[in-house]
Amino acid sequence: MNRILVVAEHAGGKLNASTAKCVSCAAAIPNAEITVVVLAAEGAEVAAAAAVLAGVAKVLLVKNPANEPVLAAVLAPQLARVATGCSHVLGPSTTFGKDLMPRVAALLDAPQISDVMAVESATRFRRPVYAGNAIATVEAPAGRTLVATVRTASFQAAGKGGPAPVEQAAVDATLPRHTRFVSVSAAASDRPDLQTAARVVSGGRALGSKENFALIERLAQRLGAAVGASRAAVDAGYAPNELQVGQTGKIIAPELYLAIGISGAIQHLTGIKDARTIVAINKDAEAPIFEVADFGLVGDLFAIIPELEKQL
Amino acid sequence: MRRILVAIKRVIDFNVRVRVRPDGAGVVTDGVKMSINPFDEIALEEAIRIRERGLADEVVAASLGPDEIQAQLRSALAMGADRAILVRSELALEPPAVARALLALVSRESPFLVILGKQAIDDDCNQTGQMLAALWERPQATFASKLELSDGAARVTREVDAGLETIEVELPAVVTTDLRLNEPRFLKLPDIMKAKKKPLDVIELKALDVDATPMLKVLRYEPPAQRQKGVMVRDAAELVVALRQKGLV
Repeated sequence: MNRILVVAEHAGGKLNASTAKCVSCAAAIPNAEITVVVLAAEGAEVAAAAAVLAGVAKVLLVKNPANEPVLAAVLAPQLARVATGCSHVLGPSTTFGKDLMPRVAALLDAPQISDVMAVESATRFRRPVYAGNAIATVEAPAGRTLVATVRTASFQAAGKGGPAPVEQAAVDATLPRHTRFVSVSAAASDRPDLQTAARVVSGGRALGSKENFALIERLAQRLGAAVGASRAAVDAGYAPNELQVGQTGKIIAPELYLAIGISGAIQHLTGIKDARTIVAINKDAEAPIFEVADFGLVGDLFAIIPELEKQL
Repeated sequence: MRRILVAIKRVIDFNVRVRVRPDGAGVVTDGVKMSINPFDEIALEEAIRIRERGLADEVVAASLGPDEIQAQLRSALAMGADRAILVRSELALEPPAVARALLALVSRESPFLVILGKQAIDDDCNQTGQMLAALWERPQATFASKLELSDGAARVTREVDAGLETIEVELPAVVTTDLRLNEPRFLKLPDIMKAKKKPLDVIELKALDVDATPMLKVLRYEPPAQRQKGVMVRDAAELVVALRQKGLV
């Protein structure tokens, strides 16, 4: 039996969609007994949402006012306690998991495999390296705890099941006070979430300005799509950082991805390679984005976007 | 002495198109340009700027690995680091081992800040900074896009999935850099000449008494699955028809 601990990501009383992806990754490990741990100030809703994910045997709720807003330095010692005796500790490859899991691994004196994209056995996993230019098959030692982050775009969300029992757990760990949350600034948006949206429209440097980037937002609105951006567009200030798609931004797997005015640097392609259908619109017929696009259209985006809006 | 320690890694230059070796044992490195990991270069730039603002006295660049890394450490000195340390090892080091070695350097150098890249562009692990912070029992501020120092603390803006998060950490602390923290300066020839005279100490990893035994084993490397190139459409109308046929709009 592999005792697998999945760390729930949540905010504002809602379970993040990345947790259901991690549960699917955990379920792909042979003889998995999956516990989801929710570290929260209150967390009852989050725990209830985790309890109905198919494959989950138990939800552990660790309540502490210090657990929200999330600080890795505060969560890590509690997780390390809960993880004692587990074969695997999984968290998502979101900024939450990337921040937290290595800190947990160090406390457990455990190795970490980052960005798991496929499970080959309880100790053997595949992960991208060199910005996705190579895929490494990595073997972890048997008989010791393994920490891993899960590349969420590689896994389908676990369906509905259970509900599994929710247990409250008291964790005896000294929590540091050296780190304080100050603020988070996120543009409020009624758009679908970039990481889970079925459709995404992304704009690149060719948009030319922040004002022109509104064309992307309008088209996304029309399609009920989330908005994304290339690194070049974010660097140029056309779009905020949380919209960046690619190796160092968000890695996504929508049903439909429209790349508009994006040339297709490898860092960007790494972030979209699991999209079901990719559409590229670019004035440069030689742009690398066309090598991976299911549908390509060469032309001036400022003429094509209004035309698309008319046709849709 | 108010000291900043910057950890740098030598990696295949980011402009090189990385190819998997035919035998699957690694990627092609023969004759390939090597550079400082771009995220670490940003870390070094940030440290130098802090010193230039008078908020630090010394910037120490450290790296782990074979002797060849001295070239990258000389580049770090040319950029503006005051001195460099090479922790020499022929082993392929995993993030936990690097974190333990950096902790040993921290106890020798007593920096008030350790800055390093959020990840290296070769193994893409994104682990070392967080592991060092855990072992050191100090704060971590990962994915930094802005760093402000005040009395005994740092206020760090972090690039997170929700947007920009600001946290305050007591010093000493570990900061890992994101791309938009700064734009590293270019090397100037006179600085490259001067860097040859700056101190570069070599320490054997063994002398740090650090367990560097690898825990993971990479069995093979493969090229990624390629997407099939699709079809070109003539105009927006044709595109919409195609997407409708697939039920995507």
